[in-house]
Amino acid sequence: MTPAPEPTLNPTLKPTPGQTVGPFFGFALPYEQGPELVTAGVAGAIRLYGTIRDGAGTPIPDALLEIWQPDADGNIIERPGSLQRDGWTFTGFGRAATARDGSYNFTTIEPGPTAAGAAPFIALTFFARGLLDCLFTRIYLPDHPALQNDPLLTALPPDRRQSMIAIRDDHGLRFDVCLQGEAETVWLAFA
Amino acid sequence: MSASPSQQRILPSQQQISREIGELAAAPARGVPQPLLDYPPYRSSLLRHPTKALRHAVPELIERTAPVFGERDIDAVEADLTIQHSGEPLGERMVVTGRVVDADGRPVRGQLVEIWQANAAGRYLHNHDQHHAPIDPNFTGVGRCLTDDDGQYRFITIKPGPYPWRNHDNAWRPAHIHFSLFGRAFTERLVTQMYFPADPLMPYDPISQSITDPAVLARLIARYDHTLSMPETMTGYRWDIVLSGSRRTAMEPEEDQP
Repeated sequence: MTPAPEPTLNPTLKPTPGQTVGPFFGFALPYEQGPELVTAGVAGAIRLYGTIRDGAGTPIPDALLEIWQPDADGNIIERPGSLQRDGWTFTGFGRAATARDGSYNFTTIEPGPTAAGAAPFIALTFFARGLLDCLFTRIYLPDHPALQNDPLLTALPPDRRQSMIAIRDDHGLRFDVCLQGEAETVWLAFA
Repeated sequence: MSASPSQQRILPSQQQISREIGELAAAPARGVPQPLLDYPPYRSSLLRHPTKALRHAVPELIERTAPVFGERDIDAVEADLTIQHSGEPLGERMVVTGRVVDADGRPVRGQLVEIWQANAAGRYLHNHDQHHAPIDPNFTGVGRCLTDDDGQYRFITIKPGPYPWRNHDNAWRPAHIHFSLFGRAFTERLVTQMYFPADPLMPYDPISQSITDPAVLARLIARYDHTLSMPETMTGYRWDIVLSGSRRTAMEPEEDQP
């Protein structure tokens, strides 16, 4: 597996701009088993779930989330089969739409660190009606010793750090998204 | 769709929305390479845009890679939206094709391209789309394909119709096809909309006009290509897509630095 090259400093072509996913993606983008990176109940399977809220605290029923993550050992699995899962191959990719109450659910495993000493996290891309372009963030695992050394987290004001760290409970991991307000999720721009 | 009198009083007028579009087009933010996320003329964005600056991050290894899709995931017939049912869909049959490349012009190969759209009458096959236009029993409006070795995608479909929505009084979306693309890195993920040349509805549309630089917005407009049109069969449109993971800029000064 070869990682993508670093972004060029002087790109010759201008990027195509994004646009909102709109309200009517529900018949096109979500797919059967999209949220199931692994089968529920297998060893190591966890629930990754949460609620998406707008600036008034109202749950958002028309949002879409995608995750991309390494396996439990930190290996990046670049294999097809995310759209047509065989039930055995972990591909690292998942897609989930929010339900009427603004909640989403994935079944996955906890990612491992991709390098020694690195803080493990799940990469998240977020789409919604009303959001004019997609947003990126990370879902860090709670209580991991490497969190203290993570360059992104340590550069954040302490009151914003928590928005990128999942909460562990009896089922797995909870990660809520707030688009505005005190608990506004930190979104990333990639240099 | 006919709105009730009370709704018409509540909804802003096109004149009001057009005034807001004009003010923002002339504002200092003009020229940024992406849509403004805080764009009040698109009323649904009011409570759904980040209010704090995006944080700059160096992509980690997982973010410099991307999910892989392959033949296993896609059936070849999914690229032809006109053969998914027993009958012929209504409307202008067309081919939409183009190349997906990176910032250096290199083809982005073997990548998943997903599209979805309204039918020729401007109606989505979605139970929340209840506007007064017919559903076409022979058109779902969903397609998928993988880019080839030259980064090319190719769909056969029906030209979508414009449709009304309730952002403001007499609000109509220009005809468009939604596109979803992956890249070589997760940070290149792109969902966007392809528009058609010389669409008279574009200036009135706050979703497209959220891209305040006309040169940037022009990158979302396909070009009619007569060499793609096929006799007795369909018209042809070409639209190329550039994926680049460094496509974001901060929306405001980073006031929350520690």
